[in-house]
Amino acid sequence: MTTSPDRPVPEPAGDADTVRTDLLQFLAKHTGRDWAADADVFGNGGLSSIFAMELVVHLERTYGIAIRGADLRMDNFRTVRRMGSLVERLRQPAPGGSGA
Amino acid sequence: MSDTAPEAPPGTVKCLVWDLDNTLWHGTLLEDENVVLSEANRELIIGLDARGILQSVCSRNDHDIAWARLKALGVADYFVVPEIGWGPKSDAVRRITERLDFAPGTIAFIDDQPAERAEVAFHLPEVRCYAAQDAATLLSLPEFSPRSVTVDSRQRRTMYQAGFRRTDERERFAGSSEDFLRSLDMVMRIGRATDDELSRVEELTLRTSQMNATGVHYPDEVLRALLACPSHEVLVTTLTDRFGPHGAVGVVLLEKHERAWHLKLLATSCRVVAFGAGTIILNWLVDQAALAGVHLLADFRATDRNRVMEIAYRFAGLDEQPCGCRDEVSGSSGEDVLLLHLTPERREPPTTVRLIAPDLADRAPPRAGLPD
Repeated sequence: MTTSPDRPVPEPAGDADTVRTDLLQFLAKHTGRDWAADADVFGNGGLSSIFAMELVVHLERTYGIAIRGADLRMDNFRTVRRMGSLVERLRQPAPGGSGA
Repeated sequence: MSDTAPEAPPGTVKCLVWDLDNTLWHGTLLEDENVVLSEANRELIIGLDARGILQSVCSRNDHDIAWARLKALGVADYFVVPEIGWGPKSDAVRRITERLDFAPGTIAFIDDQPAERAEVAFHLPEVRCYAAQDAATLLSLPEFSPRSVTVDSRQRRTMYQAGFRRTDERERFAGSSEDFLRSLDMVMRIGRATDDELSRVEELTLRTSQMNATGVHYPDEVLRALLACPSHEVLVTTLTDRFGPHGAVGVVLLEKHERAWHLKLLATSCRVVAFGAGTIILNWLVDQAALAGVHLLADFRATDRNRVMEIAYRFAGLDEQPCGCRDEVSGSSGEDVLLLHLTPERREPPTTVRLIAPDLADRAPPRAGLPD
């Protein structure tokens, strides 16, 4: 991994706990209630998909990832745990991607 | 279909901003409180309103006194986001433009003072300026004559006023956005379109807006021609809540095949994105397809502006899964258009709106033994 000297070192990537904590805070802030990491946020009494866009954009901006095509299926967003796994998977540098 | 006139086309004015003293009324309010509103100007105000052209006020006056006078004259209700104060008029017109979320080119400004018109024109060159004596001819000018006047244009002012009250209340609401939506008592009506109703969604079909899922343009006349076609459904969605009407907010074009329904167009107004209108319509379609025992296919072409709809489609469960039902429609929508697929199951009705919708299955073509 190369890091430019005049830029701050990014937060350690792939820290599932950090992602989880951040997402739980994000959900609490937007819904006015607390969530468990494995609660079904789109299930009964949960979030409607009005919220989906905000959630997707938040994940993309916060973690510098692009969630495209089939990755956008709701199953990937059902629980905080699953969103964490999605973030982790998409953060893996693409093979052949530029490292500079 | 295309804007072929590049040199400043005389587009329709969406809002006329009035000066008051010696423009809207005769006289100067600070000198004589008995200013007079001419019958001609009263008729002009009512006439523009009926055409769906909004009106606002930009005047150098004491706000409370001037507004009280407009009320006494019985016309205050016709004006939205008034700017009555002492700052530069270009600033006031700009604020009106921003609050309405209109482009400056759709704003007109009428004032008896050449210096005021020049100041506005200097800072906002796209705003069209008129002298007070032009008032007599405004209703005959093309820019004040919209091509079609619909139910929604006649109630446009009410819709904007409702919108401002809704926004105010939203800002003061402490609960979650879902709770707020539920507090609105929304009623969504989905219905088979008539000629008149198609005019109400003309803007949605004219533009490839951010909420047009397919990114594929359907000219108005194509949709009109399909109204009579038994294998097609053209549906228009309207929305109201306790603040008032949102008007017509969505259009759907669906072609029914034997094994699958093909969703060719789903466009919703950007005004109702926050209400989840696209998702509600989509879920209803999925439920209807489940009732009819058919699969759902949907065209989608990503543009740089329809991400919201892509997420709505994907979250609804549409994906690239192979299925035999794709053969019925393959290649019908152009190469760059993705054909997404879903095997429908019954869906719960929405929790944030009361939905009133027709039964689509009753007009489905007869089924001949689905292989499954």
